[in-house]
Amino acid sequence: MAHYDSVLDTIGNTPLVEISELSPNPRVRVLIKLEGVNPGGSVKDRAAKCMIEEAEKNGSLAPGQRILESSSGNTAAGLAMIARVKGYPFTAVVPENVSVERTKLLRAFGAEIISSPAAEGSNGAMRRAQALAKEHPDWFFSFQYGNPANPKAHYEGTGPEIWRDCPEVTHFVTGLGTAGTIIGVGSFLKERNPSVSIWAVQPPAGETVEGLKSLEEGFIPPVFTDNDGYELVDRSRVVGPRESIEWSRRLTEVGIFAGISTGAAMAGVAKCAKEIDEGTIVTVSPDGGWKYLSTDVWTGDLDVVAERARHELYF
Amino acid sequence: MTVEVRLPNILRPMAAGEPIVSAEGTSLREVFDDLVRQYPALRSSLLTPDGEMHRHLNVFVNDDDVRYLGKLDAKVGDADTVTLMPAVAGG
Repeated sequence: MAHYDSVLDTIGNTPLVEISELSPNPRVRVLIKLEGVNPGGSVKDRAAKCMIEEAEKNGSLAPGQRILESSSGNTAAGLAMIARVKGYPFTAVVPENVSVERTKLLRAFGAEIISSPAAEGSNGAMRRAQALAKEHPDWFFSFQYGNPANPKAHYEGTGPEIWRDCPEVTHFVTGLGTAGTIIGVGSFLKERNPSVSIWAVQPPAGETVEGLKSLEEGFIPPVFTDNDGYELVDRSRVVGPRESIEWSRRLTEVGIFAGISTGAAMAGVAKCAKEIDEGTIVTVSPDGGWKYLSTDVWTGDLDVVAERARHELYF
Repeated sequence: MTVEVRLPNILRPMAAGEPIVSAEGTSLREVFDDLVRQYPALRSSLLTPDGEMHRHLNVFVNDDDVRYLGKLDAKVGDADTVTLMPAVAGG
């Protein structure tokens, strides 16, 4: 590990850290994979890199071609960083209710940002991106929700890394966004040991989808349904903003400064640990806390911050 | 068994505008049947014409997704909360 030829070579191979001191059950170990150390700041660097490289290989992305994606921030940040390095122009459709750091980070990497209404959440951003893709058939729309390269990045990267570093894993607990992580890692781990239990963690959808007009406007990522997600996943728990923020704060006790989605994952880990007799839980910290400092997650009054988080996208 | 059922914004107009309603049942199927009896307009949002769970509706007993607890056969007990949420994605 003397030096790397490119920052893109530093994506992945993230540290897996034991934080069993935070486990609510003394017979349950907890390990967390710190994805915030990726150069674009999140786990989404993996999917972004894989989506771009696969598209380069199969010819759907040519030099100079514009890349388009909808994202609440992290996938866009990964794509913006990689696009900058590789010389592609990049347009991101981002819901307007993401933290200010996320859009500033995208601008730092030279991305063009198109805002979508807060009340329509990530789904509204996706629909806008789909419309743009139709208007501009010459752009490359990476479509993270349906791109097989998204789970592939985790099947070939995150999953094998977890298995290498912690083959005694009994439960894998992770957030459900595009489903890339849970499908890729979950499939890999179950192939190695079918008794590994796969738990999904979801934020409450209600408050961030006020613009939804009917259930039919809802969306389940093709990455999830095309890969038999309902068969693969064993349990799915919803966690609220308040417990997610409380866990984000508790993580600082072990020196981990991570985003709210990590707090949400840990709230799911705590539910899992309380329910099982013994075992080893592995979870993923999608990103660091830097992009959320303006939201006062760690320092603000808990009630005020929790109320605000009800209207913010944190996956 | 009486359970509290929390409705998302988009379903409230079909339940007299209420955000929280009560229903009787020991399984999710019975709770849904009771909801439809009280608020017939909810039926097409809860169930498909074949009587299966609506694809874009996520249902939680307390905080647990019923798709992994037997779907409509999921057990509910007194003082449980059933939360209905539209299926949406993050990322």
